[in-house]
Amino acid sequence: MPVYITESGGKMTARLTGEIDHHTSRWLRMDIDTAINDSSPKELRLDFSGVSFMDSSGVGLVMGRYKNMCERGGKLELVNMPEYIQKVMSLAGMDRLLDGKR
Amino acid sequence: MKKPDNAMKIIFLSLSENERFARSAVGGFIASKDPRIDELGDLKTAVSEAVTNCIVHAYRDCIGTIELSARLYGDEVVVKVRDTGCGIEDVKKAMEPLYTTLPDEERSGLGFSVMESFCDSVSVKSRPGSGTTVTLTKKLGKRSLLK
Repeated sequence: MPVYITESGGKMTARLTGEIDHHTSRWLRMDIDTAINDSSPKELRLDFSGVSFMDSSGVGLVMGRYKNMCERGGKLELVNMPEYIQKVMSLAGMDRLLDGKR
Repeated sequence: MKKPDNAMKIIFLSLSENERFARSAVGGFIASKDPRIDELGDLKTAVSEAVTNCIVHAYRDCIGTIELSARLYGDEVVVKVRDTGCGIEDVKKAMEPLYTTLPDEERSGLGFSVMESFCDSVSVKSRPGSGTTVTLTKKLGKRSLLK
């Protein structure tokens, strides 16, 4: 369940891969937060193109990063989210962070 | 009681690495019914939520056993997730969307909401101190006539 993090000009992209559940979200959270602390980006994009499964633990992961970015005065954007993941996200109203929905 | 066409039961420890195993097992079990991709995804997600609840809540401070069983009745699958953990004091409250007892751990409080939206029915039987059984029912093969 690796996450690939790239950053340029204050914009950080974290490309998530594999299955996101309670077990894997703990490691993802650590990796992403470490990267945010290291380079304080203005904008964080979570890219879901490589995610094959996600349950509500993924919603918790997004909510936590949203809070983290807001506290720093930054922005969070969700991109390339497959339809079945949008379904879980919409239960929490988090689909409003989707690219093109704002 | 009706006799199922097929049935399975597995027992495993409440370790978080078993969340994937549990949903995959149910996915494999219903494969013979040739479910649609979205039905398979919905059921796996619901199972993942129920099993995660056992690990995160029922056996909060210990490792216990989780019993996962599935039965097929025609096109209907019935999944039971049973633990003998702490039980739920107020099931109605626990099932409220966004309600969580563990906000610090970034639990979204959506577990039961996901189960309810992704299955046809969800029933929860719980007794504080002796455990919880969650029963998920889903009809497979609700195919569109306009294919």
